[in-house]
Amino acid sequence: MSRELLAVENLVKRYGENTVLDKISFRVQEGETLVIIGPSGCGKSTLLRCINALEPIQGGRILLDGQEISRDAKSLPKLRQRIGMVFQNYELFPHLNALDNITLAPIKVQKRKRAEVVEEAMSLLERVGLKDRAYDFPRQLSGGQKQRIAIVRALCMRPEALLFDEVTASLDPEMVREVLDVLLALAEQGRTMLIVTHEMQFARAVADRVLFLDGGKIVEEAAPDAFFDAPQSERARKFLRTFTFETVKHQKIGGYSK
Amino acid sequence: MPDLGFEVLWKGKNFARLLGGLGVALRISLVAVAVSMPLGVLLGLVMTRKHPATRILSRLYLEFVRIMPQLVLLFLAYFGATRSFGWDLSGEFASILVFSLWGTAEMGDLVRGALESVPRHQYESAAALGLDGAQTFRYIILPQTVRRLIPLSINLVTRMIKTTSLVLMIGVVEVLKVAQQIIEANRMSSPNAAFGVYLTVFLLYFAVCWPISLLAGHLEKRWL
Ligand SMILES: Nc1ncnc2c1ncn2[C@@H]1O[C@H](COP(=O)(O)OP(=O)(O)OP(=O)(O)O)[C@@H](O)[C@H]1O
Ligand SMILES: [Mg+2]
Repeated sequence: MSRELLAVENLVKRYGENTVLDKISFRVQEGETLVIIGPSGCGKSTLLRCINALEPIQGGRILLDGQEISRDAKSLPKLRQRIGMVFQNYELFPHLNALDNITLAPIKVQKRKRAEVVEEAMSLLERVGLKDRAYDFPRQLSGGQKQRIAIVRALCMRPEALLFDEVTASLDPEMVREVLDVLLALAEQGRTMLIVTHEMQFARAVADRVLFLDGGKIVEEAAPDAFFDAPQSERARKFLRTFTFETVKHQKIGGYSK
Repeated sequence: MPDLGFEVLWKGKNFARLLGGLGVALRISLVAVAVSMPLGVLLGLVMTRKHPATRILSRLYLEFVRIMPQLVLLFLAYFGATRSFGWDLSGEFASILVFSLWGTAEMGDLVRGALESVPRHQYESAAALGLDGAQTFRYIILPQTVRRLIPLSINLVTRMIKTTSLVLMIGVVEVLKVAQQIIEANRMSSPNAAFGVYLTVFLLYFAVCWPISLLAGHLEKRWL
C-alpha cells in the first residue's frame, strides 16, 4: 500500500459554460478503495469518465502510475486495458453469451490465447457464483447476474484499477446485495478501486477513504468512520441527512401521538 | 361447382407462358436486389456520417425516390429518358434501373436505422474494454446491425418482387401482363377465365414470397 497508482491534478471539466469539475485533485494508492459520494448531478460519473478518457478534459492532468494519460487514439486502448470500468446499466453485448462477453476483449485486444482466457473467465465466474450461466445470453439473466458478469468482464482484462459507477443503482433491492458482496470481496483482495455509490452503509464498509463531491469541488476527503460519524462541512451533513429520512419520520409520528 | 375458368391454363402453352412471365418479374427484381443490397449498405453507412453535405445529399436522394410513386419513376425512366435524352432503354432495363434506385434508397434507410438503433452505451462499453474503432465496429456494432437487418431486408426483397407487377405499365411482359393476355384471348371461349388466371398469379406470387417470409420469421426468432 505504498505505490501511488492514480493522481488527479487540478482536473477541470466543462460542458459548454457549465463547469462540472472545478480543479479537482486527489491521489489513489495501489490497493486502496476510494468511495466517491455526493448529490445527484455533482459530477461523479463525469469524474470516472474523465479518468477512463471517455470524456475530454479542459484542464489539469491525470496520471496513471506517474504517466500522464493522453487522449490520442493510439494510446487509448492501452489505457483502457489498465483501467476497467463498470457502468450503471450492466451494458453487456446482447449478441454474445456471458462467456464471450467476458473473453472478447482479452482475446481481440490483448491477443491472449483463447484457452487460457476461457479458463480464467470460468474461474472468475465461479467466484461470483455464475459458472453455470457462462453460456447464457444477457436477455436470459437477471439484472444482478448481468452486473456480476459485467464486473467479471472488466476483471478478466487484469486491470490495475477498477472504476464502478453506481453499479447497483438500476437493480431491484434484492439483487443489490449479491453485487455489493462481489465488490467487498474485491476490496478484500486489495484491488485498487474507485467506487461511486448511493449505498451509504456499503460505502462505509468498503471504503478506505471517502471523497465527498459537491458543486464541482471535493468538499471533504476523510476516512469512512470520520466522514460518516462526524462530517466536517454543513453540505456533507445535509447530504447525509437525506439518507436518514425514515428515522426523522418515526420521531415525528411519535411526537404526534403524544 | 361454378366455372372458375381454370381450364384456359391448360390450353396450349398458357401455363408455361405464365411461368415465363413470372421469370421476367423475378429476373427484374432479383437483379435489382443484387444491385441495391450492396449499394444500400454503402448508402446507409454514408447516411450515418456526421458530415452535413453527405447527410443532406443522401437524405435528398432517399426522399426523392421515396416520395415518387414507383409508377412515376418507371414512366420517368422509360418515356422521359427516351424523349429527353434520346436513350433507347428497353422496358426491362428501365425497370431494373428504377427498382435498383428504389431498392438502394430503401435498403440505405434500413441500414441507417439498424446502425443508429445500436445504443450509444454499446460503443462506450466497447471503448472501456480497450476495443478500437475498427474492432468495435466488427465485433460489436456489425453483428447487432446484421441481426436487425436480415428480417427487414428480406421483407424488402418480397416488397420488391411484388412491386414488379407495375412494370407491365411500360410494356414489359411479366406475369400479370401474360395473365391479361390470356384472359383477353379467351374472352369468348371462357368468359370466367379472369378468376382462375388471377388466382393462379396470386398463387405463383405466394409460392415465391411465402418461403422468403418464412425464412425471415425464422431468422428473426433465432436472433432477436
Ligand atoms: N454529455 C453531457 N453534456 C452536457 N452536460 C452533461 C453531460 N453529461 C453530464 N452533464 C452535466 O454534468 C453534471 C454532472 O453529471 P454527472 O452525470 O457526472 O453527475 P453524477 O454525479 O454522476 O449524478 P448522478 O448521481 O445523478 O449519477 C450534470 O449537471 C449534468 O447535467
Ligand atoms: Mg452518475
